[in-house]
Amino acid sequence: MKELELYIHIPFCIQKCRYCDFLSGPADDASKYRYTKALIREIESLPEGRESIITTVFFGGGTPSVLPGEWTARILETLKKRFSFAADAEITTEANPGTVDKEKLRIWRESGINRISFGCQSSFHEELQMLGRIHTWEDFLESYALARESGFDNINIDLMSGLPGQKLKTWETTLHRAAELKPEHISAYSLIVEEGTPFASMNLDLPDEDTERMMYSRTREILAGYGYGRYEISNYALQGRECRHNIGYWIRTPYIGLGLGASSLFGSTRFTNTADMKEYLRNSAHPDRLRRNIEHLEKKDEIEETMFLGLRLARGIDKRRFEKTFGKTVREIYAPVLDKYIDLGLLKETEEAVFLTEDGISVSNAVMAEFLLDSY
Amino acid sequence: MATINQKNIRNFCIIAHIDHGKSTLADRIIQQTGLLTEREMQAQVLDNMDLERERGITIKAQTVRTVYRAKDGEEYIFNLIDTPGHVDFNYEVSRSLAACDGAILVVDAAQGIEAQTLANVYLALDHDLDVLPVINKIDLPSAEPERVISEIEDVIGIEAQDAPQISAKTGLNVDQVLEQIVERIPSPVGDPKAPLKALIFDSIYDAYKGVIVFCRLREGTVKKGTRIRMMATGAVEEVVEVGYFGAGQFIPCDELSAGMVGYITASIKTISDTRVGDTITDADHPCDEPLPGYKKVNPMVYYGLYPADRAKYQDLRDAPHQLQLNDASLFYEPETSVALGFGFRCGFLGLLHLEIIQERLEREYGLDLITTAPSVIYKVHKTNGEIIDLTNPTNLPDPSEIDYMEEPMVKAEIMVTTEFIGQIMDLCQERRGQYQGMEYMETTRALLKYHLPLNEIIYDFFDALKSRSRGYASFDYEMLGYERSDLVKLDILVNKEEVDALSFIVFAGSAYERGRKMCEKLKEEIPRQLFEIPIQAAVGSKIIARETVRAMRKDVLAKCYGGDISRKKKLLEKQKEGKKRMRQVGNVEIPQKAFMSVLKLDDK
Repeated sequence: MKELELYIHIPFCIQKCRYCDFLSGPADDASKYRYTKALIREIESLPEGRESIITTVFFGGGTPSVLPGEWTARILETLKKRFSFAADAEITTEANPGTVDKEKLRIWRESGINRISFGCQSSFHEELQMLGRIHTWEDFLESYALARESGFDNINIDLMSGLPGQKLKTWETTLHRAAELKPEHISAYSLIVEEGTPFASMNLDLPDEDTERMMYSRTREILAGYGYGRYEISNYALQGRECRHNIGYWIRTPYIGLGLGASSLFGSTRFTNTADMKEYLRNSAHPDRLRRNIEHLEKKDEIEETMFLGLRLARGIDKRRFEKTFGKTVREIYAPVLDKYIDLGLLKETEEAVFLTEDGISVSNAVMAEFLLDSY
Repeated sequence: MATINQKNIRNFCIIAHIDHGKSTLADRIIQQTGLLTEREMQAQVLDNMDLERERGITIKAQTVRTVYRAKDGEEYIFNLIDTPGHVDFNYEVSRSLAACDGAILVVDAAQGIEAQTLANVYLALDHDLDVLPVINKIDLPSAEPERVISEIEDVIGIEAQDAPQISAKTGLNVDQVLEQIVERIPSPVGDPKAPLKALIFDSIYDAYKGVIVFCRLREGTVKKGTRIRMMATGAVEEVVEVGYFGAGQFIPCDELSAGMVGYITASIKTISDTRVGDTITDADHPCDEPLPGYKKVNPMVYYGLYPADRAKYQDLRDAPHQLQLNDASLFYEPETSVALGFGFRCGFLGLLHLEIIQERLEREYGLDLITTAPSVIYKVHKTNGEIIDLTNPTNLPDPSEIDYMEEPMVKAEIMVTTEFIGQIMDLCQERRGQYQGMEYMETTRALLKYHLPLNEIIYDFFDALKSRSRGYASFDYEMLGYERSDLVKLDILVNKEEVDALSFIVFAGSAYERGRKMCEKLKEEIPRQLFEIPIQAAVGSKIIARETVRAMRKDVLAKCYGGDISRKKKLLEKQKEGKKRMRQVGNVEIPQKAFMSVLKLDDK
């Protein structure tokens, strides 16, 4: 049976962070309730998908943990009625420190959620404040401990480098503090100042390029010391604890996104649900009316995506799988680009795979851009 | 059309400095003589080349015939020949003037006389034209008509007490101008029975009619069927149609005779047969000698023009030919550059001419262009006695074969308010100017005279002049001849590879300074790439300046959700698209802008 991943978008949070450009914002309980109802309607209205097997589910946001535990359980229950779940399906929810309690964690466990991703970002109060986060490091420690007590044995901690005013030292300290808690997984992203966010209009004291590069390489070294391997540009995990849902994106496993503004890749089609809440609430019983930006991917698009997404993984692009999918070898299509970047020491090619070197990762966009094809 | 009495014809032009309101007054005259309604004004007269309107300049001579009922009750035919208003087109201006019997001199009531005003007035007086001064823009708060009147009288030496004080914009007192045209501009003379003698003052190419020749008949008559001969080029053709100029259209008539201004078509295929300034005569009954003053205009400034996207060469290929149909002064020939691929070396009358052609290519042909460093024509005297006209620095012979080199000089006149004299003299000094003298126009303004090497003014002299005088200086020049000079070729090396399109000839004494500035500028323009890029300036094998573009060390490692994949792809596409607009030289991508940066090096 074909694998299928599910993404559930919860567009609510307690307070919007200053760097955040995701579809999310604070809302009252009634709005959250109306949305949850609509989301359940969307799921119930989907054509039954029994020909695929659900291997992962991911509740993202926003802050999915702002919903009462029962509601999340209801959503998951509905999904299970609609789809066939693998016995070992990875079911993750994002959570913000301070938004979980014993009861909610218990409900989550019972409903089948088996992985929590905590948006912690930093262990320093000033950095958290500057980001506009609502929690402290102590709040995080408490939530983390509660999750462990409740039996969660697969936890991710999200951290952020390249913050305004951040020093190499404080970043290293945050890494150590997080790793000492022995989570199974650590995501370490560098901050991007996105247009339209409050950060974009602020005069930020961002670390310079060399410092940022140093932060990046120290991340790998420090986390390696605790047993974490970097399996993707910004993701680190203990052996066997890589996030399967995330890897699915990079190897182009089909996924269905449910909820406001959620994207899907199904067959050779990519589409995104409407980002207009009113419209979503009105039409969620007709999922086909929600779909926007419908893109029919051609072979060329699929090849390009396979390359630039696959390059995010440390293991790189599986050459055999590529050939099996597209009927041509990577080299047949990309020989000049491969050679150019192998010569520059930014790419490496082995019998099995093509992947970015450490230097290549630092300038990954420049390299990835060259894998876009003029024609095919 | 009934026979026209010569005494009821007025052939005149309007001369002015840029922005003093020449075209506005022309429009007003056309409108007030009732040729067009207000609505047609919008649709027709003003609907010239976009470029002309945007820049507020006239590129091609515009000619229009209109009929004015004067206060004496008679109807007069006005042939208004609107001349190009820029020094680059000086020769065209002189030919247009030669087609007139009088000139209206428009002077801005706030700004007074400018360098170009003077140049044009002298040109008009050289042609024995009666000059009718008009003070424009008197509705401006800063207008000082009295001062300007005395300036005209003092500086130019023509009577200006009766000059109409007008606002071409609002139409105020334009009627006075019309009456004065009748009263003060002489009617043409000439014998309609004499052998044909007509001056070509412009020509355009029309896809249907072929070349349309604009001419002023001095003697004789021309009509359909007349076999005409261009006396300088020797081309002979039979006339297909004659006519006069409506507003934006050609109106055929039976014949044109002495004193009249009109057009001739004769299925002439190429505009180079109908050179501005040439004399048309009757091939069967020729006149004894051509009108004086014909000369073939030669380009003064040469550039390489290349498509920004190498693949677009085919599109560029036909364009200069099309433009040349309408512009005999444009020169072009195919050229190849290592850095830029296939393109053209084009010759222009001057910087404005270049900019106009470049903009027209970009707009009318949708081409994105790269230009190389501009070059004048150097005379290279080789040790073997051979003399080469060098238009492309890349073709400079090996220094061991060069005896000496000469460069073209111009005689420049700069009008400036006295407070900026120091700054402008400094500028001329830096540009190797030889001071020739200074005349005070009045207590606040002076005319500076310099001899300057042409290659010092083709880059950014005009911009520098404006910026150092806060816009108050104006400038005019004419060719002077060649002078021996100590010149070297400055090469630019990017990542150790010479970029031929960036090479230029420079005065040896300025080589270091120019090389340094070039490197600095290129460092700003060339984006960081995946490796370090040295940028060097060299004279021969000697490196005289160096900058380094640091390697890109890190780009953003974006968080990327499943849903962001389209967005991520767009980002990568943008990045790739950006690369397309760059030229690959060796391993380095050089943006189009960098090639242009050599044009603007004055940093004061």
